[in-house]
Amino acid sequence: MKQFISFVKKEFHHIFRDKRTMIILLAMPVVQIIIFGFALTNEVKNSKIAVWDQSKDEASASLLSQLDASRYFEIVKPVFSTAEMEAEFKKGKIRMAVVIPPKFQEELVHFNKAQVQFIADASDPNVANTLTTYASSVVQDYQSRITGEKKMPYAISTRVRMLYNPELKGAYNFVPGVMAMVLLLVCTMMTAITVVRERETGTMEIMLVSPAKPFRIVIAKAVPYFLLSAVNIASILLLSVYVLDVPVNGSLALLVGESLLFTLVSLALGLFISTKVATQQTALFISLVGLLLPTVMLSGFMFPIENMPPPLQAVSHAVPARWFYNIVRSVMIKGTGLEVVWKDTLILVGMFLFFGGLAIKNFKIRLS
Amino acid sequence: MVDKVIIADKLTKRFGDFTAVDGISFDVSQGEIFGFLGANGAGKTTAMRMLSGLSMPTSGKAMVAGYDVYKENEKIKRNIGYMSQKFSLYEDLTVRENIRFYAGIYGKSNAFIKEKTELVLKQLHLTSEADKLVKSLPLGWKQKLAFSVAIFHEPKLVFLDEPTGGVDPVTRREFWNLIYEAAAEGITVFVTTHYMDEAEYCNRVSIMVDGRIDALDTPAQLKKTFAAQSMDEVFLKLARKAVRGE
Repeated sequence: MKQFISFVKKEFHHIFRDKRTMIILLAMPVVQIIIFGFALTNEVKNSKIAVWDQSKDEASASLLSQLDASRYFEIVKPVFSTAEMEAEFKKGKIRMAVVIPPKFQEELVHFNKAQVQFIADASDPNVANTLTTYASSVVQDYQSRITGEKKMPYAISTRVRMLYNPELKGAYNFVPGVMAMVLLLVCTMMTAITVVRERETGTMEIMLVSPAKPFRIVIAKAVPYFLLSAVNIASILLLSVYVLDVPVNGSLALLVGESLLFTLVSLALGLFISTKVATQQTALFISLVGLLLPTVMLSGFMFPIENMPPPLQAVSHAVPARWFYNIVRSVMIKGTGLEVVWKDTLILVGMFLFFGGLAIKNFKIRLS
Repeated sequence: MVDKVIIADKLTKRFGDFTAVDGISFDVSQGEIFGFLGANGAGKTTAMRMLSGLSMPTSGKAMVAGYDVYKENEKIKRNIGYMSQKFSLYEDLTVRENIRFYAGIYGKSNAFIKEKTELVLKQLHLTSEADKLVKSLPLGWKQKLAFSVAIFHEPKLVFLDEPTGGVDPVTRREFWNLIYEAAAEGITVFVTTHYMDEAEYCNRVSIMVDGRIDALDTPAQLKKTFAAQSMDEVFLKLARKAVRGE
């Protein structure tokens, strides 16, 4: 035990001496959350739109003012021809245009049926989609209001409810993603690098000649990064709840427990990588390209897994972050418990045992 | 009868078709300074790794510090020290922290560590530098410190793998004084080197060529046998026979 403590102490010395790295490790989650939360948001606010009101009646004016009043749109310009509209699109001045055909009110009153056209700049398909959806819902609102006034006998109104995230906040999506990314970076990359560094400098050889058990050397390497990750988990959760208003709907203990489990998986992966590579550069490269990339691409964080071709879906099963991402979303956002995420949890436990076992086994082979 | 700290009998290591160490037999007595010479690739490092429990022999027998290298390598590890050709202290730890860490691995008591640390610092004239980072020390001091750390836990035997590489002659001389002091305390020193003047400082010297030990005797006797003026000449005469390249 004393031996073990002196190992852990030494690892902490390494971390604390290297102030730059330590600051990066601790500040990274904060910076990422802030960047994702405020800069890289895919919510659409105050989008500039143009209107081509060919009818200019009471109904069209009322619909347009309702559009302008919503926080998603800002009418910047009336246009009077297709060419003019197109020019505005090309200049990038507007994201969407609303075209109201002539006799809008007349048709609405006499035929109970009128048309509105939305033209969106789909060079960014996601934004275009979001904008037309928002606009449609504003029109829906308007429609239900006038139907109410006029007491029309038959009308089917649709009501959409966005479960768990009524405001469609991007933060609900990326908080779990950032958590997976940060834990993976800190644990996997840093442990892989520190173990390989010891081999490069020759200190590992000295330890292998000493009576220290390889198992203990491995565990001692992981302990400081485990604690560092606990700090990161806390800072990510605090920022999410108090700055980004993402609630923890499920059990906090479960969420923290699962995060620590994912930390263990990442540590095991890092140690496993360290037994396979010879230089710090390779360790860094493998951690970044071999792990961070799949974590971002294949965990469901950026792109929905259901939309991927089957081979990629199959590959995504091997990405630990996929399961963790799912767990965090379920527990944190949907408020579910272990009865829902037990399968994902078991898979993570399995991955931990698998990579941890391999790491320790490989470590021993180097001795004989 | 003098205690034998190392007894090697036809010790062999093969990697596939390649026989790195080819049936070497020798013994080393307690308190002896044993020089282990050979050109690069002659098999010195492999032999040393087998004796220190880092690598399993393919065949042959060896007892180190009274323990069998096949079955009791955990016990061997408790009784040996090791200093590699790579500089092996932590540059980002202080002198004191390095000593503490390595002593801690060997499970020494706090009282022992405390007392001995002061002793070692005094011996190396490092007392005023004790809380400085190792990376700020000149190479010669680092090497002397590495040696003191390797024998801090008072092993029966210390393996030194080219300990003086890249060090100036004055510091090398000082380093050898440390080796003599250790030997006088009864620690057996097993040292590989490329410097033939250092070979002269050893009690006995073995010279490996192509995985075999081709000569083993005191430096004086070796010079006589090979009708040579210096160890350098002895070494060249033997090494010329080598088939293996660098």
